Amino acid sequence: MDVTVNEKVVCYHCGQPCEEIFLQDDKSFCCYGCKTVYEILNEHNLCEYYAFDKNPGVTLRHVSEETYAFLDERKIRKQLLEFDSANFSRIRFYVPNIHCISCIWLLENLQKLQTGVLKSEVNFSGKIVRIDFNPEQVSLSKLGQLLTSLGYAPRINLKEENQSVSISSKQLIIKLAIAGFAFGNVMLLSFPEYLGLNESDLALQRLFSWLNIILALPAIFYSGQEFFINAWKSFKQKQINIDVPIAVGLLALLVRSTFDITTNNGPGYLDSLTGLIFFLLIGRWFQSKTYDSLAFDRDYKSYFPLAVQRWKENEWCPVVVYELEPQDIIRIRNMEIVPADSMLRSDEAYFDYSFVTGESKPVKATKGALVYAGGKLVGHPVELVVQKKTAQSQLTSLWNEAAFRKPNESVYKKIIDRAAHRFTWIVLALAVGTGVFWYYYNAYQMWLVLTSVLMVACPCALALAAPFTYGNMLRVFGRYGFYLKNADVIERLAAINALVFDKTGTITYGASAVTFKGVLSVQEQGWIKLLASTSTHPLSKLVAQHITQKSDAVLIGLKEFPGKGIQAVVAGKNIRVGSATFTGNAGGGETNSRVFVAIDGLARGYYEIETSIRPEAKGLVTRLGSVVKALLSGDQPMEAIRMQTVFPPSVQLLFNQSPHIKLNFISELQKQNYKVMMIGDGLNDSGALQQSDVGIAVTDDTGVFTPASDGILAGNMLGKLDSFLRLAKKSTAILKTGFVISFCYNAIALSVAMSGLLTPLIAAILMPISSVSVVSFTSLAVNWVARKEFKNL
Amino acid sequence: MLIIVLLILISLTIAIVFLVAFVWSMRSGQFDDTYGPSVRILFDDKKKKDL
Repeated sequence: MDVTVNEKVVCYHCGQPCEEIFLQDDKSFCCYGCKTVYEILNEHNLCEYYAFDKNPGVTLRHVSEETYAFLDERKIRKQLLEFDSANFSRIRFYVPNIHCISCIWLLENLQKLQTGVLKSEVNFSGKIVRIDFNPEQVSLSKLGQLLTSLGYAPRINLKEENQSVSISSKQLIIKLAIAGFAFGNVMLLSFPEYLGLNESDLALQRLFSWLNIILALPAIFYSGQEFFINAWKSFKQKQINIDVPIAVGLLALLVRSTFDITTNNGPGYLDSLTGLIFFLLIGRWFQSKTYDSLAFDRDYKSYFPLAVQRWKENEWCPVVVYELEPQDIIRIRNMEIVPADSMLRSDEAYFDYSFVTGESKPVKATKGALVYAGGKLVGHPVELVVQKKTAQSQLTSLWNEAAFRKPNESVYKKIIDRAAHRFTWIVLALAVGTGVFWYYYNAYQMWLVLTSVLMVACPCALALAAPFTYGNMLRVFGRYGFYLKNADVIERLAAINALVFDKTGTITYGASAVTFKGVLSVQEQGWIKLLASTSTHPLSKLVAQHITQKSDAVLIGLKEFPGKGIQAVVAGKNIRVGSATFTGNAGGGETNSRVFVAIDGLARGYYEIETSIRPEAKGLVTRLGSVVKALLSGDQPMEAIRMQTVFPPSVQLLFNQSPHIKLNFISELQKQNYKVMMIGDGLNDSGALQQSDVGIAVTDDTGVFTPASDGILAGNMLGKLDSFLRLAKKSTAILKTGFVISFCYNAIALSVAMSGLLTPLIAAILMPISSVSVVSFTSLAVNWVARKEFKNL
Repeated sequence: MLIIVLLILISLTIAIVFLVAFVWSMRSGQFDDTYGPSVRILFDDKKKKDL
């Protein structure tokens, strides 16, 4: 029964299908790493880990040994530790891999794995592990190493902002609770008023009114404080934003109500006031909730290894990247990124510049050659001499491009603020005009009418419409695999009239079509898979993935020749996999996309690797029509013919584009007054993504994260891009309709109020009704429109 | 009418007690992780002894 022929064997540790099987204690593992974790746990009697959840582990990537050495650098330590003393320290690690009960269990038993750990506690929702440890017994880097070796690599970000964010959202909820409490109780105490019982028991009514004031005060000055603070700030900047009329409205209500109650004139409008604050805060909470669901981190330093090994005083010690000085000697290991423009000190090395140029074929560098920042080392560790400080180097200059920051509020002034701006002035003018008129007509009535006008015109519907419309749309987009940075992006999306695509990862995708040209027996295929899977080269990985035949043969004398190929002896046969010259396939046609095979010096053929075009790409391009302007690719132009099957002749197909040219292309389009949307795959076009009005990163692996983009689109949803664009346009239309509705409310109510027919009480009741109706209209409309758009999904 | 005043005051007091309790629980982080503790209680803590 346990003779499994196909790939149904899953790793006991991580649950991934096993490409090759490592056996231990009758359990199969997909890789050496997973097996190691099992062994560690087994040794410490922690195999209960596997009892809570099936295959709870996380697949292990290759972890180089010193990756966390920088944590022992004093400066970094100080920044990261929550508490530090001679024999007690506390750290909070953000561990994105926490996903199940077993994770919690294991991470809370760290003290059994590592002496020196005193206590560890997991915050599951926040994916945070808090570890108390004794720094004399265990170093911080050792902890990082331990977590990584278990598959829970912590994400270290020196800019610690997460904490303040969670505190502010906590505060918002407390504010909301207090406003809701006040609202409910004030309404309860106003009941006699609503039922017209005020004549019968004056004393009781007065008591209730005073209680109302006491209840309302914390709601206004604690829960509503940010409206006043914002209004004051905008005053200081000589602008009027949406919070100004809100603050004025709140103050008017408060003053009016207190005045009424103290002079025994009536019960005031505290129910409306507290209700207003409550609803406004719900709007803000809703907004922050949707923003929180996608935390964007724009710190580019997270791309570089935060520290590198520097040769100083006869030993290698870790140093923060931005402290590197010219002439420093540094050491880089396989798959690490060159942190600064440097000169190669070792004899030769291969660098993968796909971060910079988009080409994943490694480039060879010999001793004395200049190596640019952003290149990734492939192969043996090398030593480099730093030439320029990191801030000046090529990659950083691309990131620091003057146009890098998006023109935000200044240019894309939010519709809401624009509307509110005018609205505010109109209302104020009307209030003053009405006041003057009534002063001469009937001075006694003036204050009453004036408050009615200010109150009924309170633009709360305006304030709520935008967060509810865009917030809902953000959620809808998120549900269908399109994650936007914030609601502003929807507004910008609606204005897009030019689209530019990147090729790799966007129109084509990683999962490739691999075909073998030549003759290989089934057994030999297994050997090749075995050999190819030892290499981290992208092409080897693809070949290894492609071959389904497994082999349990043993590799002898495995040797990797960076940039050429790999060689080993399997079952007495000498097998070479790699480039044409390496395998002796002379005249085999050397290209980027062929992997040649030779067995015992005999050329046997090659694997043709083709990145396939996303099936939905053509339909998408056709539906989008003339909005599509260009295709930019960092690759060779031989792809042009294939691309012509996807794109109509009207679309420019440009190849050999470096990130900088891509960026310039976008800004040229923008100069022609196009609102450009760039759809790319990530780092090598991050400059272009940032330059464009809306930059979207397409990803097939949701773990991949591109900081320059405004949004992340799941690869399988690319075909729905036109729907998303349409929805963005529709949501702007919905928002405008919402504005019109609330304007109608306001216009009618205002004119009635100005004529003096509207008592402030009715005005105050009208106000929440108008906001509630606008909010429910926008929310329902957004969901309805989205359902219609995606009904066949 | 005194009884109504009394009732109102009692009800308000109770409501405020609950509000304060909520604010306290929020501040002390009881809502920070709504999943972890429910699981943690099920773990065997026999190993806590050899800490």
